[in-house]
Amino acid sequence: MGSPRWFYEISGKWLPWLAAIAFFLIAVGAVWGLAFAPPDYKQGNSYRIIYIHVPASAVAMACYMTMAVAGAISLIWRMKLAEVVMKCCAPIGVGLTFIALVTGAIWGKPTWGTWWVWDARITSVLVLFFLYLGVVSLYEAFENNETASKACAVLSLVGCVNIPIIYWSVEWWYSLHQPATLKLTEESTMHPDMLYPLLMMIGGFYCLFAVLLFLHARSEILFRERNTQWVKAVVTAS
Amino acid sequence: MYFENFTALIHMDGHGAFVWSAYAITFIVLTTLVISPMVKKRRFLIQQRMQARREQTAIVRSSD
Repeated sequence: MGSPRWFYEISGKWLPWLAAIAFFLIAVGAVWGLAFAPPDYKQGNSYRIIYIHVPASAVAMACYMTMAVAGAISLIWRMKLAEVVMKCCAPIGVGLTFIALVTGAIWGKPTWGTWWVWDARITSVLVLFFLYLGVVSLYEAFENNETASKACAVLSLVGCVNIPIIYWSVEWWYSLHQPATLKLTEESTMHPDMLYPLLMMIGGFYCLFAVLLFLHARSEILFRERNTQWVKAVVTAS
Repeated sequence: MYFENFTALIHMDGHGAFVWSAYAITFIVLTTLVISPMVKKRRFLIQQRMQARREQTAIVRSSD
């Protein structure tokens, strides 16, 4: 267990199911949020961007924590699979953070009257985007995989300091960004007709993250293990 | 549906351009993230198969 081969086999079994669940949740959640949920009484229809903005932002942060934990494991136990997971989280994180920033800007224009403000929340998410880009380019900068992994693991661990800053930024500083719509510890103030599609989208994005991580990791594992017997068997069977 | 008709859904009381462009960009980014590892894996498998074939012919030739 925990070997790249074991992961390749088990992820192959899980992938179609996870992909089906992710597709179903996102498709239903998006149609519900776009066409059936009522408009916000203050923001009108522009609030419908919440159904992609909040899930993308939440998963972008979860992705960073996954990357940092995998980085720590690869540093401490030299586990190959953890190295692969850490490397594969970075491009996914770039995409998710990009979505969070761009949809946030598009939502900001009709709501605040501006695409961008140097606000605590928005700036700290921009820093998250640069941290992901940093990991991706740092990996490319080294010829040797092992050195690259070590450097990236250290960078992702140091960057962890940004995650609580993003999370609490709307409470610590006076901010233009609205406070969290959903909180783990309190009951939601959102109307159920708006809340259910949002929960579906969040669930769907988490499943999609798993799908993306599996897809990227499987491709990476095949490449890294290309000289082993089992990958040669996979190649001939394909 | 909340909207009266399809045109109202597209227009969204003037917010349509914002909402739909946000969804379109998200769709493009997510699709790229799904497709890129699949393309990479496919390319790897094709390349490995070709290499295996080359090695095979090399072995056959050297044994002749």
